[in-house]
Amino acid sequence: MQSGQLAAGPRVAPAPDAAELAFITEQRNARRRRILLPLLGGATLLLVWWALVEILQVKQFIAPAPQVVARTVYDKFGLLMSNLAPTAVEAIGGFVLGNFAAIVTAAVFVHSRSVEQAFFPVAVLINSIPVVAKAPILVLLLGNGLAPKIAIAAIICYFPTLVNMVRGLQAVSPQAMELMHVLSASRREVFFKLRVPSSLPFLFSALKIATSTATVGAIVGEWIGSPTGIGALIIQATYNFDSALLYATVLCGSAFSVLFFLAIRAIELWVVRWETGVAP
Amino acid sequence: MSSAPALQCDGVRVRFVSNRQSVTALDGVSLTVAAGSLLTVLGPSGCGKSTLLRVIADIVRPQSGEVRVLGTTAEAARRRRQIGFVFQDATLLPWRSVIDNVRLPLEVGARSALPPEARGPEELLRLVGLAGWERALPHELSGGMRQRVAIARALLGGPRILLMDEPFGAVDEITRDRLNEELLRIWRETGTTIVFVTHSIYEAAFLGTEVLVLAANPGRVREIIPIQLDGPRKLSARETPEFMRQAGHLRAVLETC
Repeated sequence: MQSGQLAAGPRVAPAPDAAELAFITEQRNARRRRILLPLLGGATLLLVWWALVEILQVKQFIAPAPQVVARTVYDKFGLLMSNLAPTAVEAIGGFVLGNFAAIVTAAVFVHSRSVEQAFFPVAVLINSIPVVAKAPILVLLLGNGLAPKIAIAAIICYFPTLVNMVRGLQAVSPQAMELMHVLSASRREVFFKLRVPSSLPFLFSALKIATSTATVGAIVGEWIGSPTGIGALIIQATYNFDSALLYATVLCGSAFSVLFFLAIRAIELWVVRWETGVAP
Repeated sequence: MSSAPALQCDGVRVRFVSNRQSVTALDGVSLTVAAGSLLTVLGPSGCGKSTLLRVIADIVRPQSGEVRVLGTTAEAARRRRQIGFVFQDATLLPWRSVIDNVRLPLEVGARSALPPEARGPEELLRLVGLAGWERALPHELSGGMRQRVAIARALLGGPRILLMDEPFGAVDEITRDRLNEELLRIWRETGTTIVFVTHSIYEAAFLGTEVLVLAANPGRVREIIPIQLDGPRKLSARETPEFMRQAGHLRAVLETC
């Protein structure tokens, strides 16, 4: 076969000429800018924060300067970590449970329209109750251990993943369904060979949102009479006017949330290799 | 070739009902396609060309009339994997490599092993000119190459009938010309009966041993026109006066639809 279009494969790499070198340099500069500019933005924010606290002579119990917060993170690192541990367990536990339940529900919905019509409104209803309202109910139901916080984190993750997963499982082109029909594929084969893989980009965009909502759920759960955790530490620090500790705790919670997000993003990059940057 | 026709339709009628309107896509369509022939189907938009292919492939059930594929029902032929289908867009699974897309028919449905005389996935990729691209993902290929993969997948298992629904409608003209020539070569090498739906008069006349012209609203058979071209079908044959005459005739028939 001597077709010209086939010769231009992605595997051939001839020596770069001047134009290609210029392109490579430009790409490298663009990559540098993508890393440097956000760092610059963050540094500016810290600088403005510091300047405002200094110039306006803000009292430390109202708002601490950035270097005081940094100092607190360093000094009370042990305390912060021992409180992050239960929060992390609750957030990750809730994340796993809630998303697993959502995936299973979505699979059932896709197979039975009647079940979907019966229970989707119920799911919407439960979701419409604010977290802060659900939290006391669950604490009463499940006591004051890890369980209610895991339940809150799970419930808060559940709904967005359910909606996205149902959409993803149904986002199969009619032609692909016809193809499977021509091949006499069973419903089970259509589900595992077609629906599940096509739903993965949808699933991962929901999972990435769920990383932060699960963390929020765990922290809100800890606000109601919990002795430990990031949420409990936030309440304690606020009541003690220990604003440096408050800021350090918040920082610690969001650092966890960001790491959680990055971990899921890394798994996504490893699993969803066919989507070229167009996540739904 | 063999005595039984590859395909026989008798008074096929298909109506689509939705809550706004109902459309008669095909009405009283009867035709016979001899084994080993290449029938092209031509007609204005909405004449039921695609529906006809879907009836033959047992994707759409007709309200009345009969379809016999290789002497059995369309459903039996589909279940025996005697029908290959190539869609308008390649319909490759984007998470599967080229070779895994071609292998898909071995992983679903009842059939799991290839008959010993059938061509394997690697050989079919060679047949469509994609040797060396086995591990590529669909998004790395051009539109024309994706359609070749779809053809290789449809040929896996050696179907006796290949149904093609405007397969080259979305590729550029130069690629389309090349794919037309290659399709003729594949047709000669495999001996498969092909039903090929197209919008293009030239494509219909160049590829077809016969051209089925459908009229629209409701879709019905206008005429079945045999195409006779002297010598091998090369792209240059399209410039001969004889080809122009036959294409002109097709256009004239099409204008009455």
